[in-house]
Amino acid sequence: MLTKRIIPCLDIKDGRTVKGVNFVNLRDAGDPVELARQYAKQNADELVFLDISATEQKRKTLADLVRKVAQAIDIPFTVGGGISSVEDVAILLQNGADKVSINSAAVKRPELINDLAAQFGSQCIVVAMDAKQIDKQWKVHLVGGKIPTEIDLFDWAKEVADRGAGEILFTSMDHDGTKAGFANQALARISEEVNIPIIASGGAGNTQHFVDAFTQGKADAALAASIFHFGEVDLPDLKQKLKQQQIAVRI
Amino acid sequence: MNVVLVNYGAGNIKSLQFALERLGVTGILSSAATEIQEADKVIFPGVGEASSALSKLKESGLDVVLPKLKQPVLGICLGMQLMCTHTEEGNTPGLGIFDVAVKRFDNDLKVPQMGWNTVLETKSPLFDNLDAESYMYSVHSYYAGLCKDTIAQTNYGIAYSCALQKDNFYGVQFHPEKSSKAGSQLLSNFLALTT
Repeated sequence: MLTKRIIPCLDIKDGRTVKGVNFVNLRDAGDPVELARQYAKQNADELVFLDISATEQKRKTLADLVRKVAQAIDIPFTVGGGISSVEDVAILLQNGADKVSINSAAVKRPELINDLAAQFGSQCIVVAMDAKQIDKQWKVHLVGGKIPTEIDLFDWAKEVADRGAGEILFTSMDHDGTKAGFANQALARISEEVNIPIIASGGAGNTQHFVDAFTQGKADAALAASIFHFGEVDLPDLKQKLKQQQIAVRI
Repeated sequence: MNVVLVNYGAGNIKSLQFALERLGVTGILSSAATEIQEADKVIFPGVGEASSALSKLKESGLDVVLPKLKQPVLGICLGMQLMCTHTEEGNTPGLGIFDVAVKRFDNDLKVPQMGWNTVLETKSPLFDNLDAESYMYSVHSYYAGLCKDTIAQTNYGIAYSCALQKDNFYGVQFHPEKSSKAGSQLLSNFLALTT
């Protein structure tokens, strides 16, 4: 049976993990490679690396990091952050990334999704979308959620699937950082309207939130950052508890 | 050991090379017929679209070379699919090594299938020292049905061949290079094959 995926997310700046990470037995918590290795050992199903640096050196530093991560771990990983062209994607895939995640660039130029899918295949193209509710309407936001658009979340989800995206990473900005649970209603509606896998993001605080995202939210995967980094939710323990609640997971 | 990865412009080969490196083996990328024919083991990777992949194979004449190889050959993902008789993707003829056609998932489940799924009913040394139901990582929209060459199966709406074997030819739908310890064990088993 296909299992639900648990995905720790690492924020990267200039080749280092950004948010404080509190991991026992880790020599250098700022080293993304070592952190990735640790999560792989804990049976994380995938990893996401989100690059938030904005220097000129960025592309090269990121490519180097991707190569080191690919050398070190034997589970799939996705790289995102500022990717805006076929060339950007080619470099990351050539260095060993399994998937890339595009966000604002896809909103600005939706044909990019078609171009990437045609060039590299849908299986490695994740479209990330940040949204929040404005007057009870889910609206897509840009630049890490700072700039609102008029685009309806569900229309956008359908459009990216039609254009060849292989997966959607949906972050609810209303839930992100609250630790009060994922946006399950919106997640379930996206799942009903498109036929590609959906990763839930934003709001994870405890084990039950993951259960809810998979049952009520019908998500295929769930992503979280700080609760894993700070050990608030222990990954192996989470998987055991999901299994006890009859949710298919890889132990 | 001389392990050659068939180079025909397929995607993410780095991951496979790194997985072999972790097993202490260097995977040499090559599109040269003689180098492929003289290898101890040949791996036929593949990520991408079937018809363009077949065109690239034909350009270098490898569509003729590959089916005649005598050493153990392992097709992965699209590589495995191209070793079948035909695939619905781009209505593309295959190399005809495995006696089964490749179809698109046609049910209510999400396509592509993306993630870790159980490998069942294994019957091959390729699965030695693996748990009876190990998890492997797959990403695919097309599948080979069950047939006489099936050596392991997985369920996704229907049961399909997640591994095939005919004589010295092996194929797996999943990505062993991305399937943690189980995948590494499978690659190691392949490298240990003698015929």
